[in-house]
Amino acid sequence: MQQCDFAVIGGGLVGSAIAYGLASQGHQVSVLDEGDVAYRASRGNFGLVWVQGKGQEIPLYSRWSMRSASLWAALSQELFELTGVATQHHNPGGVHLCYSQAELANREVELNALAQATGRQFTFDMLDHDQLRDLIPEIGESVTGASWSSWDGHANPLYLLRALHNGIRHYGGEFVPGSKVNRIRRNGGSFVIERDHQTLTVGRVILAAGLGNRELAPQVGLDAPLVPNRGEILVTERMRPLLDLPTTYLRQTGEGSILMGDSHEDVGFDDGTETPVLAQIAQRAVRALPALANTRVVRSWGALRVMTPDGYPLYQASESHPGAFVACCHSGVTLAAAHAKCLAPWFAGAEAPSEITPFTAERFHVQTSIPA
Amino acid sequence: MFKRLSPPEATNEAVVTFRFDEQTVTARPGDTVAAALLTSGISICRSTPVSNAPRAPYCMMGVCFECLVEVDGNPNVQACQAEVRDGMHVHTQQGARRLTS
Repeated sequence: MQQCDFAVIGGGLVGSAIAYGLASQGHQVSVLDEGDVAYRASRGNFGLVWVQGKGQEIPLYSRWSMRSASLWAALSQELFELTGVATQHHNPGGVHLCYSQAELANREVELNALAQATGRQFTFDMLDHDQLRDLIPEIGESVTGASWSSWDGHANPLYLLRALHNGIRHYGGEFVPGSKVNRIRRNGGSFVIERDHQTLTVGRVILAAGLGNRELAPQVGLDAPLVPNRGEILVTERMRPLLDLPTTYLRQTGEGSILMGDSHEDVGFDDGTETPVLAQIAQRAVRALPALANTRVVRSWGALRVMTPDGYPLYQASESHPGAFVACCHSGVTLAAAHAKCLAPWFAGAEAPSEITPFTAERFHVQTSIPA
Repeated sequence: MFKRLSPPEATNEAVVTFRFDEQTVTARPGDTVAAALLTSGISICRSTPVSNAPRAPYCMMGVCFECLVEVDGNPNVQACQAEVRDGMHVHTQQGARRLTS
């Protein structure tokens, strides 16, 4: 007997956005969350709702990001009305800072190609130093200019997560914390999900367990060759508003602290911090905003990105185990709205969103024979 | 509300005097600013950045960041981690600090 329509394995941003989407459409959903022993990428991220520069190799990814960005404000409003939790979503546009004319010229070429590849849906402007200073008065002299796109914004990922969790409960969904999924097996047309002190029989199962999908996917005939990639972040004391719009590596939160990111480190499953890396991040931040030099850093942390070999998401329905799906990506904040509003209906039987067709695991499989 | 375990006459150490906003506060050498404020009957040291609510020293061990004050023009100093000095100027930390380069 099925106890639930859907089990979503993983209570981070990806799983929660999907579960919220399913629950809000009237499905019975159980979210199975491993607990704080998991790597918790959703608790360690930076909080950009970001489009510019994404999808250069696969332009449909840019379209997918734009779809989500354009649904974000409505999702945020909806969550606030349901749960009283404000995600602090703000969409003033975002900038990517450049430190030389050559860098600025390269950036323009890249973004032009992206604009073209998306049929000019993606739009941007290049700013020189003076134009940038109009947007960010504290900008450093060594910043040559920036690319700006109205598509970009930011939000508080922790409030987003809380709002999604509350929203799932609001629609009668269940959030089950506390133990890892040990095994998923098929039982007729259902799936039996085994945890330490509980088994759950469900109609469909969605693997949204971040790096945990590596072990779960093969149990339902899927492949999730994910690797961890560490990013470190520093956060300052709270300050009066001075940075209205987010940049790729700096943003000021609704409470006033400034987040400084990030690093890309291949260090396996180590989610700690290293002083030289933090120092580099701080130096880059001070170069962008020299006034940061006399602010205090109050916390720093490392977190592991959930990366596929090419950095793009993985969304796939199992052929051998109908009703099982995998969903994982690095951009759980940006894509939250698309996951809730476009991906969740697919899991419930609707057509797959057209943007996600390239994102199956076949693209990682090495071609073993050369066509004649 | 707070009082010292030992009365003033129990010590013959010199007294440290500093300013807190418009008041003159006396303390014992080695006191933290937070302890000196509390023993002087001053409980509000700052207002919060978001809602402007009043706050008092709380953990007294450098963890909670409730006791932020401005010391000699230096914003967001943890009063529980700063030792009193003769003649220092301490001000209430009003909301979030400004960034000045």
